[in-house]
Amino acid sequence: MKHPFLHALLRLPRHSGVLAVSGSLLLLALPIVAMWGGQAWVRILDFAILYVFLALGLNIVVGFAGLLDLGYIAFYAVGAYTYALLASPHLGLHLPFWVILPCGAMLACLFGVLLGAPTLRLRGDYLAIVTLGFGEIIRIFLNNLNAPLNITNGAQGINLIDPIAIGAFKLSGRTDIWVYSLNGPQKYYYLLLLLCTGVVVINFRLQHSRIGRAWQAIREDEIAARAVGINTRNMKLLAFAMGASFGGVAGGVYSAMQGFISPESFALNESIMVLAMVVLGGMGHIPGVILGAVLLAVLPEALRFGVVPVQQVLFGKVLVDPESLRMLIFGLALVLVMRFRPAGLWPSPERQRELAEAKS
Amino acid sequence: MSQVLLEARQVCKHFGGVKALSDVSLTIHAGEIYGLIGPNGAGKTTFFNCLTGLYVPDGGGFELAGKPLQADAPQKAAALGIARTFQNIRLFAQMTALENVMVGRHVRTRAGVIGAILRNRATREEEAAIRRRAEELLHYVGIADRACDLARNLSYGDQRRLEIARALATEPKLLCLDEPAAGMNGAETEALKVLIEGIRRDGTTVLLIEHDMKLVMGLCDRLAVLDYGQKISENVPAVVQKDRRVIEAYLGEVPEDA
Ligand SMILES: Nc1ncnc2c1ncn2[C@@H]1O[C@H](COP(=O)(O)OP(=O)(O)OP(=O)(O)O)[C@@H](O)[C@H]1O
Ligand SMILES: [Mg+2]
Repeated sequence: MKHPFLHALLRLPRHSGVLAVSGSLLLLALPIVAMWGGQAWVRILDFAILYVFLALGLNIVVGFAGLLDLGYIAFYAVGAYTYALLASPHLGLHLPFWVILPCGAMLACLFGVLLGAPTLRLRGDYLAIVTLGFGEIIRIFLNNLNAPLNITNGAQGINLIDPIAIGAFKLSGRTDIWVYSLNGPQKYYYLLLLLCTGVVVINFRLQHSRIGRAWQAIREDEIAARAVGINTRNMKLLAFAMGASFGGVAGGVYSAMQGFISPESFALNESIMVLAMVVLGGMGHIPGVILGAVLLAVLPEALRFGVVPVQQVLFGKVLVDPESLRMLIFGLALVLVMRFRPAGLWPSPERQRELAEAKS
Repeated sequence: MSQVLLEARQVCKHFGGVKALSDVSLTIHAGEIYGLIGPNGAGKTTFFNCLTGLYVPDGGGFELAGKPLQADAPQKAAALGIARTFQNIRLFAQMTALENVMVGRHVRTRAGVIGAILRNRATREEEAAIRRRAEELLHYVGIADRACDLARNLSYGDQRRLEIARALATEPKLLCLDEPAAGMNGAETEALKVLIEGIRRDGTTVLLIEHDMKLVMGLCDRLAVLDYGQKISENVPAVVQKDRRVIEAYLGEVPEDA
């Protein structure tokens, strides 16, 4: 045990109640604390949770069913554009979110099945290439569906997207609650936290169910899985469809939160980023995936805030711009993690055991 | 006892020029332990693969309990009641022994995504039943004490037993074992014999591929001998042992107790 304290804290069941309560309080207080650093920090938190949401969706596909999907962001894009088109002046539609989010999820799910049905015979690298292509196709479509009929407004994207609202209560703008005035990003934080909790529960329950076991069996030995009667094609499609629907919901919330989307936000590097979160954290292990997503979402932002002042102090001017430094450090971190913790930062206990055995 | 469970009719399978199976017909009765033997490369595993839907035969077909077996995919064969083990053990290596057997219950249970997410009462009860049955089966094959170990960490003999437990979890009518005693020592083989006899006694018909002649002769009610993809003999062990064509097929290497 390298971190006895952490392990003791996380493992002992008699602490779990205390841990759960203090953890939830911390999560609830976070956006209020972060506000001291400015609204930008609250937005960083929002994105961290959004990425946790996305990463857990992808975890179903990659971590549970073992299907390498490099085009996951396409489903996010489908959800985002569904929301944008149905709730913005662009088409003049303003449907409520509780209609659009399920629509987005269903449409993304449909796309998931459309992509999955013909490709799930492929394995490993081949599937990765096809999904990568699919992701790009969706983005290029979004970029070009502005003529002859302007559907997506092309590269300019869609603006003035409605915020999520229940009656007169909007998630954008300020709301006074007792003595505190909550701003938009803070309210979105709570919505995302709620959704994310749901996804965590769903992930966890799926993993420890008949379905989750079937996915794991397929991952381990597809022929043996078929021999015991698992319909591997349907199970893989199911994983694809579920992952895609979560992507769709995340996209919808993103759309509403940002108020503006363009195809640029759904490029390949976003897919890679979400995949990196899953792999870096510990594929298939829910706490690991959450850790990976939070780290990769927050650290680069923190870096962006830190790099400029530090360089000012050290060299008196900014030598390396934060954006390129960010990619540099990101790459370095990935290499280091894969070198020293190949199963991810926080792998499942089984994976840990397996690696320990492989070494000895 | 003499009810026909499986009927294979003129099953053919070619791989390019290799005739792995040519017109193999055989009949297995319910409640039998039926042996399938033959020299290396005779087509025994290919026969299993055709029967369990992994390969599509080039000709001929199977009938299970009087109904044509339309198993063009392994999962269908499993659903219809044919379970198998593999010559080169195929367990779910990173899952525990118990989980391996629980996966075997998949085809006889129904909880879907909604059930898994809501964890309603029916799902919880089904899950508990799956676990209970899996524990029973581990006990049945004699590896209950290894329930929580990863499959890959079990000894060779225990892995073979686990594979049998996983196959039994699908509630098969016909259990097909592909060289279950390969790599086992004398004591393990003896225990395996007791296990297979028990499985038959409890009502499952067994189709056994095995090179261990002592085990085959002691265990099987009847057996068929394949050589170069053709059935050259089918009878009770005592007769097969004396069959000239069989002795020739094995190049005169008749089992010592013949
Ligand atoms: N997938 C395949 N592709 C090509 N040839 C195959 C394939 N499977 C089996 N064969 C060939 O078919 C013949 C029968 O093989 P099979 O594995 O059925 O033999 P077997 O009786 O099980 O032998 P053993 O006792 O060694 O397990 C062999 O010549 C083998 O090389
Ligand atoms: Mg064989």
